[in-house]
Amino acid sequence: MHISLLKVTTFFYLAGAILYLYFIVTLKERGARLGRMALLIGVILHAAGFALRYATAGYTPVTNLFESLSFFALSIACVFLVVEIRYNMRTLGAFVAPLAFVFSIFSAFLPGEIAELAPALNSYWLPVHVLLLFVGDAVFAVAFGAGIMYLLQEKQVKQKKMGAIFKRLPSLDVLDDINYRCLTIGFPLLTMGIITGSIWAEYAWGSYWSWDPKETWSLITWLLYAALLHGRLTVGWRGRKAAILAIVGFCAVLFTFLGVNLLLPGLHSYSSLSR
Amino acid sequence: MGRIVIIGLNHRTAPVEIRERLAFPSEAIGHALRGLLERESLKEGVILSTCNRVEICALASQGFEGTAEAKEFMAAYHGIPLGELNGYLYHYEGDEAVKHLFRVGSSLDSMVLGEPQILGQVKDAYGYAAEFRTIGPILDKFFAKTFSVAKRVRTETKVASSAVSVSYAAVELARKIFGDLSDKNVLLIGAGEMCELAARHLISAGVKGIMVTNRTFERAVKLAEEFGGIPIRFEEISVHLKRADIVLSSTGAPHFIIQRQDVDEVIRIRKNRPMFFIDMAVPRDIDPDANQVDNVYVYDIDDLNNVIETNLEERQSEALKAEEIVTEEVRSFRRWLDAQQATPTIITLRRKYEEVKNAEVVKALSAFGADDPKMRKVVESLASSLLNKILHAPISSLKKDADGRNQMDLVAMVREIFDLPEASERTGTGDADENGETPQE
Repeated sequence: MHISLLKVTTFFYLAGAILYLYFIVTLKERGARLGRMALLIGVILHAAGFALRYATAGYTPVTNLFESLSFFALSIACVFLVVEIRYNMRTLGAFVAPLAFVFSIFSAFLPGEIAELAPALNSYWLPVHVLLLFVGDAVFAVAFGAGIMYLLQEKQVKQKKMGAIFKRLPSLDVLDDINYRCLTIGFPLLTMGIITGSIWAEYAWGSYWSWDPKETWSLITWLLYAALLHGRLTVGWRGRKAAILAIVGFCAVLFTFLGVNLLLPGLHSYSSLSR
Repeated sequence: MGRIVIIGLNHRTAPVEIRERLAFPSEAIGHALRGLLERESLKEGVILSTCNRVEICALASQGFEGTAEAKEFMAAYHGIPLGELNGYLYHYEGDEAVKHLFRVGSSLDSMVLGEPQILGQVKDAYGYAAEFRTIGPILDKFFAKTFSVAKRVRTETKVASSAVSVSYAAVELARKIFGDLSDKNVLLIGAGEMCELAARHLISAGVKGIMVTNRTFERAVKLAEEFGGIPIRFEEISVHLKRADIVLSSTGAPHFIIQRQDVDEVIRIRKNRPMFFIDMAVPRDIDPDANQVDNVYVYDIDDLNNVIETNLEERQSEALKAEEIVTEEVRSFRRWLDAQQATPTIITLRRKYEEVKNAEVVKALSAFGADDPKMRKVVESLASSLLNKILHAPISSLKKDADGRNQMDLVAMVREIFDLPEASERTGTGDADENGETPQE
C-alpha cells in the first residue's frame, strides 16, 4: 500500500512540473494554480505514504536509496511550496518542480520493499541526522533553481535582450534575496546535520570523524556554502557570483548524496544501489 | 429603434491643425451634447474629444441616416463648411460602429498601440453624456460593453503589457533589476527632457529619494525643488555616486563624466549592491564599458530604443488576438441589440408559449387515454385560441411602433415579465460579465 503511495506521487510531481512549465511558457494563470495543486496533492499523499511506511517498518524510512530519494523529493516539493506561497513566485516552479519529479521517479524505479534495519542505523539519531540534512538539501535545491533563474535573467538585462525570459522571470533582486534566505536557512541545517552525524558516529563507530567519502564530501559542500555565506556577509558577494556558487553548491550536495552512494563505498554505504 | 452611428476624425485622417479646430473643450461639452440632440434624427449622443481624435457617437432614429446629420452638426458647431471637413471625416454605422468603438476603447486604434489613456478618455466622454443626460439605454449598454471589452483585451492579451516609451522602459528595467524601488535613490545628472520624464516616472513608481545635479548649481536647486529632491554640486558627483542606485544622465558634456574606474570603485564601496545607469546623452556621459562590471547595468539611448522596438513588435502581434476578441464581442453585442427589437421578441414570445401549449395538449390528451381525433381537435383548438387571446394584447403593444425609447422599455419589460432569454443563440462568451465593469486588473 505505502509503496504504491510513495511511487504514485511521481505522477503528481510530473503533473506539477508540466503545469508550471506550461505556465511559464503561456503565462496562463491556471497552469500555475493547477501546478500548485498537483504538488500539494503529491506532497499530502507522499507524506501519508511516508507515515505509513514509518508505522509499518518501525523506523524512520530514510535508510536506503529508495527511501532517501523519495524523501528528498518530498522535501523539495515541501520547501518549494513554502517559498512559492510566501513569495508568490510561480515561475520558480518551472525550475524546482522538475527536480522533485526527477528524484521521485528515480526512487520509483528502485525496489521499495522494507528491509531489515542495519543495526548501526537503529538509533534516535537516524531521523534527526537524516531529516536535518535532507531538508537543508531541499532548501539548497530551491536556491539552485533561483540561481539558474538569476543567471538567465541577468544575462537578459546585461546583454539588453529583452526576450520572453525577461518578461517571465522575476526581478534580479528578488532572485538574489531567495538565494540569501535559502543560504541562511540551509546552512544551519547542513551544519547541524553534520554535527549530529558526527555525534552519532562517535556512538555507532567510535569516532567523531573518520574521513569516509560521505564525510569528506559533506565537508566540501559545507565549505562551499560557508564560503558563500562568508562572502555575502563580509565582501558583499551577491548576484551572479552568489547564483553560481549556489549552483555549484547544489552540485556538491548531489554528489555527496548520490555520487558518493553510487561510486565511492565507505561507512555510509547503506544506500548504494547494490543494497 | 434606430442604429448606432459614429463619425469623427483621428490622427490618421486629419492633421493636428484640423483636429485642434474641431476639438470640443470639456467645459463646452454639455452645450455641444445638447445641441447634438436637438437634431431631429439623433436620440442619444456621446462626444469623445482627445488630442488625437474627435468623435461623435449617436443613436439615429428609425429611418434616418444619422451620419449625415452628425457630420452637419460637427461642421455647424465649429463653423467650418462641411465640404472642407468631409475629406477628414470617417463614419461607421451599425456593427461597424460597434467594432470601431470597441477598438478605440481597447486602444487598438491609438497612435501608440495599447496606450492606456484612451480608455479613461472614453470613460470621461461617457461620464459627460451621462451628466448631461444625452445617453439612453442603448448607448449606455454600448459604452458599458466597450469598457468590458477593453478590460478583456487588457487581461487576455499583452497588447499593453510592456513599455513603449524610453522613460517607461527605463522604469520597467529598474523594476527588473531592483524589484522594490521604495528604498532606492536616484541621481539625476543634467536636465534633458527625457531624463526629467524618466525621473518623474521613477518618482511616481515610489523611489525613496532623488539627488539632482547640474553644471550650474542654481539650476540643480531649482530642479531639486521641483522633484522634491536634494541638489548636489556637479563637482561632488563622485562623492554622492555611492548613494545612488539609479543614475539618470543627460548632460551636454563632450566626454564621459563617469568612467569605468569610477564605477569599479563605487561598486566596491557599495559592496556590490547593484547600480543602474541610464545614459540619455549624446555623446554619451557614461563609459559603456561600465556595463562589464558585475551588478552594474548601463543602458544608453540606443539600448532603450531597441527595448521599445521589441516591445512594439510584441504589441503588434498581440493586437491580432485583440482583434479576435473585438470581433467576438461585436457579435455578442449584436445579439443583445437584436433582443431589444420588437420583432424577434414577438417571435421568441410566441415560440416559448407554443411549446408550453403543445406540451399541455399532449398531457391533456394522454389523460383521456383513447386517441380520439375529434377530441384532439377540440383540445388543440381550445389551447390555441386561449393562447392567442392571452398573447394578443402584449404582441399588439409591441407591434405598435411607438417612439423608440418607450418601445425599448416595453420590449425589456415584456422580456422580463415573460422571462425570455436575451439571445437566441448563446455562445456563453462575453455575456456573463457584460455589466461587471470594474477597472481593477
